[in-house]
Amino acid sequence: MTSPPLSLTDVGIALDGRPIVRDVSFDVAPGQVVAIMGANGSGKSTLMKALVGLNPVSQGSVALFGTPRPQFHDWARVGYVPQRSNLGSGVPATVREVVGSGRIARRTPFWPMSRSDRDLVEAAIAVVGLAGRADHPVATLSGGQQQRVLVARTLAGEPDLLLLDEPNAGVDHASQLAIAETLGGRADAGASVVVVLHELGPFAPLIDRVVALREGRVTYDGPPDQLVDGGVGHAHHRDHEHDPLPPMPPLQAPLEGDR
Amino acid sequence: MWDLLLAPFMIRAVVAAAVTGLAAPGIGTYLVQRRLSLLGDGIGHITVTGVALGLLTGTSPTYTAVVVAVIGALIIELIRTSGKATGDLALALLFYGGIAGGLVLVQLAGNGAFALQAYLFGSITTISADDVVVAVVLAGIVVVAGLALMPQLFAVSHDEDFARASGVPVWFYNALVSVLAAVTVSVAMRTVGLLLVSALMIIPVATSQQFARSFRSTMLIAMVGGLVASLAGVVVSAYFDLPPGATIVLVSLAGFALTSPIGLVVGRRRRAQVPYAPEALPVHEATEERHGHVHGPGCGHLAIEHGDHVDYVHDGHRHAVHVTQEGGRHYDEH
Repeated sequence: MTSPPLSLTDVGIALDGRPIVRDVSFDVAPGQVVAIMGANGSGKSTLMKALVGLNPVSQGSVALFGTPRPQFHDWARVGYVPQRSNLGSGVPATVREVVGSGRIARRTPFWPMSRSDRDLVEAAIAVVGLAGRADHPVATLSGGQQQRVLVARTLAGEPDLLLLDEPNAGVDHASQLAIAETLGGRADAGASVVVVLHELGPFAPLIDRVVALREGRVTYDGPPDQLVDGGVGHAHHRDHEHDPLPPMPPLQAPLEGDR
Repeated sequence: MWDLLLAPFMIRAVVAAAVTGLAAPGIGTYLVQRRLSLLGDGIGHITVTGVALGLLTGTSPTYTAVVVAVIGALIIELIRTSGKATGDLALALLFYGGIAGGLVLVQLAGNGAFALQAYLFGSITTISADDVVVAVVLAGIVVVAGLALMPQLFAVSHDEDFARASGVPVWFYNALVSVLAAVTVSVAMRTVGLLLVSALMIIPVATSQQFARSFRSTMLIAMVGGLVASLAGVVVSAYFDLPPGATIVLVSLAGFALTSPIGLVVGRRRRAQVPYAPEALPVHEATEERHGHVHGPGCGHLAIEHGDHVDYVHDGHRHAVHVTQEGGRHYDEH
């Protein structure tokens, strides 16, 4: 049997001496789409950054394609989509340039882009629906389109494992749909996808499995349809016990009634 | 008129100005992208010590300046990557240490601070043939590296986290940009002087990014602009007997001032292109800040009524609870 693309064993992460993530273990199979969910501060983004080496793993181990992370060097197989950064500031850059930088793991210094490099970049731009804007400076795009640029940049690297950190935070519905559809296509082609989400939204149809975190620990790991209250309900109710008055009655009540 | 332009000292000055004008904005584009616009200024301060060491030991200040500038740039890079809140402060200590150390060393060399003047403000008309050769070689290295490694340097300057997650040796390319900046400072020292080096690295970039669409064109236009400003500055200063370094900087500033109306028009046209329909809805940024509690009456944070809900002032900004349809909950920044 081949090793899973991603395997976590008792992972603990401490930042500045504070434990943020504790005892997280799960494997991701090829072609599987896993959503990591949880409230703010549950450690999901911290965990995601640790998977790609941006945060240290203080306990346990992370293995990528069967190789422990410290010994892993085939980063071209792993595609990371960070939370939307300030794409628009600084020196101008076109959509094509930003997406083109997604090929960086597969390029040799001093060597120009090959024909196939260029084709992959154009294909990635087209897949997220920005073909007509390849020459536009990213600063002129909407927030949702900028997020799509980040997804396209990662796709251009042809990763077998995609790790996305809140790709739909502050992103319009059309862009969320475009990103979800793109990821679904990659999963159908055999790539594994791990995505940090606040809410399933347009991603719901493609999620095979939800791992919910609370205060850095896994509180749920299973199919999305058995997940109650986004995996944060427990925290929610406990906090209410501390707080005799519901904190936000005018905003909260109607929305909760919808469900 | 041609007598002046064809005089040997003038030819040397024009060649030195041309290579400086090409190299400085080339590396400056990466510095602007990395938000290190003033790095050149800091390296310039440190290089004063390098020049003084040259004067003290009787070696060519050009060589000692390169060595000290490169060492200084690497130390800055180390402090920047390892330090946290104190990095900024440590840099300041290094800068002023460099300039003060240089002044003391020059005095020890028996030259007095006057000897530094040629390096602080440039002395392009007295540059020797040897120094011109060194300048051409060093500037050539900077330009070739800056252009040939553009994919790597762009990836690292544009999104360091993504580059690191892609397995790119980020520290190496960051250090390379700093070293190239140090080499540029040493080259530009004789042209515009250590105190104005940063201007030639940054102003042409500020000018070209007003209307360039891509990173590549920003860099190429900035290099052409730097070249034109340097050549024009040298010629103008020769005719009107002005200090060459300062004249070059004023010419490039004039270029910025003259093109800024065009930049304004281009910027307005681009903003008009920004699509309206779905994004017209107010999109609140969800914040990742950790909360040990749920905001509510008596939580200790100032509550402010905001339309149909209540915001809680948290570390100087306002948080509103947003419960999504799926039951997830986070705080929006209001």
